[in-house]
Amino acid sequence: MAKAIVEIKNVNKFYGDNHVVKDLNMEIAEGEFLSILGPSGCGKTTTLRMIAGFEQQTQGVITVEGERVENKEPFERNVNTVFQSYALFPHMNVTDNVAYGLKMKKVKKPEISERVENALSMVQLEGFGKRFPAQLSGGQRQRVAIARAIINNPRVLLLDEPLGALDMKLRKQMQIELKNLQKRLGITFVYVTHDQEEALTMSDRIAVMNDGVLEQIGVPADIYEKPATKFVADFIGETNIFEAIEVSADAAGQVALKSEIGEITGTDSEFSEGEIVYLSVRPEKTLLSAAPVSGYALRGTVRENIYIGTVTKTTVILQNGQEIRVANAAGSSVPEAGSALYVYWNPSDAVIIHSKSGKIIDAFENVDLSEYVEGSA
Amino acid sequence: MKQGSMFRKKTVPLLTMISPVTAWLILLIALPLLYMLVISFCGTDDSHNIVFRFTLKNYAKLFDPTILSIYSNSLIIALLTTVICILVAYPFAYIMASTTPFRKTLMMIFLMLPFWTNSVIRLYSWRTLLGVNGYINILLMKIGLIEAPIEMLFTRGAVVLGMVYTLLPFMVLPLLTVIDKLDGGLIEASGDLGAKPAQTFLHVTLPLTAPGIFAGSIMVFIPCLGYFFVSNLMGGGTSQLIGNVISRQFKEAFNWPYGAALAIMLILITLLIVKIYTKTGGSIDDLGVM
Repeated sequence: MAKAIVEIKNVNKFYGDNHVVKDLNMEIAEGEFLSILGPSGCGKTTTLRMIAGFEQQTQGVITVEGERVENKEPFERNVNTVFQSYALFPHMNVTDNVAYGLKMKKVKKPEISERVENALSMVQLEGFGKRFPAQLSGGQRQRVAIARAIINNPRVLLLDEPLGALDMKLRKQMQIELKNLQKRLGITFVYVTHDQEEALTMSDRIAVMNDGVLEQIGVPADIYEKPATKFVADFIGETNIFEAIEVSADAAGQVALKSEIGEITGTDSEFSEGEIVYLSVRPEKTLLSAAPVSGYALRGTVRENIYIGTVTKTTVILQNGQEIRVANAAGSSVPEAGSALYVYWNPSDAVIIHSKSGKIIDAFENVDLSEYVEGSA
Repeated sequence: MKQGSMFRKKTVPLLTMISPVTAWLILLIALPLLYMLVISFCGTDDSHNIVFRFTLKNYAKLFDPTILSIYSNSLIIALLTTVICILVAYPFAYIMASTTPFRKTLMMIFLMLPFWTNSVIRLYSWRTLLGVNGYINILLMKIGLIEAPIEMLFTRGAVVLGMVYTLLPFMVLPLLTVIDKLDGGLIEASGDLGAKPAQTFLHVTLPLTAPGIFAGSIMVFIPCLGYFFVSNLMGGGTSQLIGNVISRQFKEAFNWPYGAALAIMLILITLLIVKIYTKTGGSIDDLGVM
């Protein structure tokens, strides 16, 4: 990893008794695109605002470029923010908005107008300089907000759900543009979002937060394929989660586990007999068979098939009522609704999650017994 | 048209609906004003009766140097009052907008509470403070800052003080409205872009709250021209306002036509100020009078 440009060490943030960021440790590398991903209220925006200087951490240290920033006001920090609401100055036209940071730093006028022009062309808003924010569309305002921030050549650009207010199509387009912009400028981007797809598409690394805790930080592929916690497995994409006890392991690392309804199999390099773990299998890795499969005791009934274009989603209800989601590539044969089948997977496709907290969370939150009874009747 | 006729039958005639308000406006506002306008072009006989014969001599008298100096004195006092009101009310409204709801309510109560007492009575209490034998003079002499009492009452300063005291809430309220509406995100954005607090105030806060300053200034400046009782009580005749001259024409000199001409002039000045206000982008709604 390149040199860290932002370091967050043991940071805690309280609002009164409300503990919103819990013992956060994070290093953000120079030039990377890091997303902080999590549901609303997970502390991701608070973390961003602490880096920007709008909030002061209750405990811990934040450094930017190796310097501690707790005594620096926002205007003294070499970071800039793109706000969720854009926060464009309504009484200034686009040029004045973009030039604002340079004017405050008393940059000479010819240089300002040159840099404003550059910044506007970088976000494809040439010729919009005379317009006022009220005369722009949401996407255009977004671009102005980005231009207004990057013109100051910040070392770190903080983006707080910047695409949240845009429609789907524009969002996708802006995601690509932002990513390209980041590559071109080489600025570190810290991007807060609750949209996992957005985080997966754009980021070099993703930090997943939940309830003030950093659950996992890593490259998108690791986050998706090797979730470290049950929350990450559940939050990123769709998955089937089983709560199980590790029973035995063979030399190849294949582990036999006992779940509520019987035997299942996975792979685990940190096997420990008797430990309660979560086993997560993605729908596209979940397989169905007419005959029983050795090592898996998961018998279920097909409830429905939903065709969504690229795949067909099959829902299978297990005997204990747990709902299993299976994704079949379009064109492959789809089991008939109501048929009884066995669920299995390749042991290497199952990820075993060691529940660090030791607390067993309800793994079967999607159970709907009444529907199961109806389906089997 | 058939539909049209049905419409007409089922609704109360327009004139009936608006007539109570119209009657009220005509009777109490339009007619008296019209009467004022008419008599401002009339003269008086020796026993102060109005003589209905067209003349412009009342308006000619408006350009008398004494009257002109009273006009300029009124404008100076109104201007001073407005500026002081802005300087006092802005921080007050700013604190009020950013504090907790409880404190905000408390501040609002303290701001409005004096209105439950007649302003003439409240101004009398200032006289007991400022007078030659008033509490402030007594205190200053006790602590040895002065040897003889200072004449604080019956000065232009005292009139301005009385005006500020009476009109301050009219500045605070429009300011509070605009400061309340100010998006905190903009202040944060300004700081984020490298502006120091003073720069943020100058470039963001002030321009965005300017409509409140304008509206408040109108609400203070205009009454200031006419509040003759403040000048009577606090200035004791040393500081003449247009309002004083007008009231004297009606109550003492019994020259109603001349008083009417002075009043019409004041109305024209007021309209001119409001016109400037709306021309520069101000909204009548912001004044809260309509």
